[in-house]
Amino acid sequence: MSGAVAALEAYRSRVPYLGFLGVRFDLHGSSLTGVLPHRDTAIGNPVPPRLHGGVTAAFLEITSVAELGLALLWAGYDGAGMPPMPKTIDLTVDYLRPGLPQEAYAIARVDRSGRRYASVHVEAWQEDRSRLFAQATGHFLMPSAHG
Amino acid sequence: MADDMAQDRRTRIGRAFVGGIPHARALNLSLVEIGPGRAVIEMPFDAALVGDPEAGVIHGGAVFTLMDTSAGAAVMAHDSAPDGTATLDLRIDYMRSARPGQALRAVAECYHVTRSVAFVRVETRDGDDARPVAVATGAFTLMGGAGS
Repeated sequence: MSGAVAALEAYRSRVPYLGFLGVRFDLHGSSLTGVLPHRDTAIGNPVPPRLHGGVTAAFLEITSVAELGLALLWAGYDGAGMPPMPKTIDLTVDYLRPGLPQEAYAIARVDRSGRRYASVHVEAWQEDRSRLFAQATGHFLMPSAHG
Repeated sequence: MADDMAQDRRTRIGRAFVGGIPHARALNLSLVEIGPGRAVIEMPFDAALVGDPEAGVIHGGAVFTLMDTSAGAAVMAHDSAPDGTATLDLRIDYMRSARPGQALRAVAECYHVTRSVAFVRVETRDGDDARPVAVATGAFTLMGGAGS
């Protein structure tokens, strides 16, 4: 697990766009939650203020990639360079409710993974876990040289 | 005369989309063109948006944001003159990595509207016009306007 935890931290700290959004990860054992802090720069509709749909989509994609890495790719990470990363093939985002100007959370589930392709479902909420504000399904190309 | 008024309205919408949306400002989006049901928006290269630090490639999330914003502007610029719109769903296919250092340009077309839904497709290119970086299709809500 420690290799995977180091890889998760490398992903968070070395990818500039994750810092731009301020995304971080909460890890309880092998259970990963993505956390998107509220920032005024993440707002789309200004009045009333709503989270930009693009930020929501990016957060869902980032959490999906982190879950894939943690579950499947990063156990053998030795701390050198970037950990092996899946590539997003496609992402379909459903917007269920307006995103409020406050912290958001996401949990991803790997529905299917093979040697080359993985399918992931991811859900995001704010105040209430049972009231999702967005969900997405994505397909990812897995890196060829993972151990 | 009516055409001028319609174009004035579209220009106001286009400017509001790049200038009045805080996250669009954070990405330095600029309006290239706006017409009936059509919007072209550009996102300059910015090192802060890189998703692959080894290759220097822009993160797919920033590309998604550019395409969602362009799609929303195309809906608002439709001749049915909606009062507002929100994304119901958007599917993006990533064809290839954007070239490091290059601006990305999204062309969004709102190609069909019903009384309550607008359908949009978007293509994003960098310098290479033959091969899009990403293609998206989406459904958007329509609020108010002449069509409802």
